[in-house]
Amino acid sequence: MLAATACAAFATHADAADSALDARFRQMLLDDFRARGVAGMDRLDQDDVQKLCTDTRDRPRGAAVQALLKHQQELIRWPEDGRFLGDWRAGEKLAQEGRGMTWADRPGGPTGGSCYGCHRISPAEISFGTIGPSLLHLGRDRGSSPQMQRYVYGHIYNAKAYNLCSYMPRFGTSGALTEQQIKDLVALLLDTDSPVNRP
Amino acid sequence: MRRAFLHAVGIVLAVILAKPAGAGGDEDVQDTSAGIERYRQMLGEANPAELDEARGEQIWKTAAGPAQATLERCDLGLGPGVVKGAYAQLPRLFADTARVQDLESRLITCMMKLQGIAQADIVAKPFSTSTVRSDIEALVAYVTAQSRGMPMHVPLDEPQERQAYSLGERLFFYRAGPYDFSCASCHSQDGRRIRLQELPNLTTKAGARHAYTTWPAYRVSQGLFRSFQWRLNDCFRQQRFPEPVYGSDATIALTLFIAANANGAIYNGPGIKR
Amino acid sequence: MRIRASVRDGVTEAKVLMQHPMETGLRKDESGALVPAWFITEVTATHQERVVLRAQFGTSISANPYLAFHFHGGKPGDRIVVSWVDTKGDRRSDEATIA
Repeated sequence: MLAATACAAFATHADAADSALDARFRQMLLDDFRARGVAGMDRLDQDDVQKLCTDTRDRPRGAAVQALLKHQQELIRWPEDGRFLGDWRAGEKLAQEGRGMTWADRPGGPTGGSCYGCHRISPAEISFGTIGPSLLHLGRDRGSSPQMQRYVYGHIYNAKAYNLCSYMPRFGTSGALTEQQIKDLVALLLDTDSPVNRP
Repeated sequence: MRRAFLHAVGIVLAVILAKPAGAGGDEDVQDTSAGIERYRQMLGEANPAELDEARGEQIWKTAAGPAQATLERCDLGLGPGVVKGAYAQLPRLFADTARVQDLESRLITCMMKLQGIAQADIVAKPFSTSTVRSDIEALVAYVTAQSRGMPMHVPLDEPQERQAYSLGERLFFYRAGPYDFSCASCHSQDGRRIRLQELPNLTTKAGARHAYTTWPAYRVSQGLFRSFQWRLNDCFRQQRFPEPVYGSDATIALTLFIAANANGAIYNGPGIKR
Repeated sequence: MRIRASVRDGVTEAKVLMQHPMETGLRKDESGALVPAWFITEVTATHQERVVLRAQFGTSISANPYLAFHFHGGKPGDRIVVSWVDTKGDRRSDEATIA
């Protein structure tokens, strides 16, 4: 009984300390950041996915995960024409382009997926990152069926619909990339003519 | 300029490695990293940061501001005017400002209190451009060089210092913005890189030690000396966050989180980076 | 300029770090305007007034150039002078003694 009370007291104290730190942290964000260019202060407001992933250090568990995955899936806007393959040459340019949406980028300026920042993609490009898996030979290895095309499209549009705390940005839901641009990236990865899949 | 630099590195690597080109696996990747590291070692004694160190020392000893005073009575934590070893124990709590401060905010404090310069004037343009040099960045080069060879020992004795560490840790893991990035998105795993730039795992002692002891540094691709405040600023920019206020508590908390994780490491700066 | 020189087995090694923006004239600044060319064209090094190196620098040399070179002769205490001229006609000369 005493132990339970002591535990409860400790928990309350810890909660109080935590919520004081929470308040201090939130105030710090408001005081110590400022809007610049296209980067407004609203960007520091977290949605439910960002909040859960932050709180669980990107290792979420429990029922909340399924519900959020389902919701993220619903956010994907699939192409009305039901087609997913664009132009792989345009896709390669988009994969190389790292600009867009920073405070140094002008609105309407070039925006890309910065895909090579995290992924290996085309065999000729040796300047690739390793934060995400290699996508070399993706179409060759996993096939280019309509299902695969839909999967890749959905993944680029909203990676969180497949892996809730993925490090990959949600290029479609955030508005960073248009439908056509995502189709061009799907083509880069899955088109049999793309250098990604040529022997 | 950056592309030209990478192209030049490519040529150097081609000469050093003399291997047939091809779509190899991880061995190509390892060779690239090893080649770049060798290139960095070759540059070891050619670090243009030394030029900024010399300029910083001159600024430290030159009378300036309405008070026409030098910075030679500036207290960086070891007493007025003590520069040697000062960087190795920053950030820390300062009694006169009742704030936990890093080197750059402390230099601002001294420029304001000793020289009478208005804060707004100092922070208006804190980062050098190719045409305008920042005095603060030169002072950073000078002061950090005076801690070369010394072990990092950021104190966590005061409650305010420990709170700064916790706040910095929270900011490190805070996912936000249209790209959902946190510092952890890039800096919480071993052996990762963005393009060809290796990313230290700042959540581990080993990663924090290696990273923190090589900043501030001369950035070859920019031809400029860059401070840690600059590094944080440019990280937040690429994270698609709004801009952090220069020398603010948030930037100091984040710096302290990483610096304290690096405690025990020998400070090797100023460094040289791509 | 930072100049360091040391001698070993009758060969002096000199290392020079020069401060200069070395603008090629092809770079654009933040506003999109071309930054005018401004670079070192000639570097001369002397040991005890004897010319030991003459170099022609150009647009392919990076900003803040670093130059390391060797020459026969030299002993601790000897004077080394390094000078440069740039496209604006500015000159700079610094000296050091061999360690």
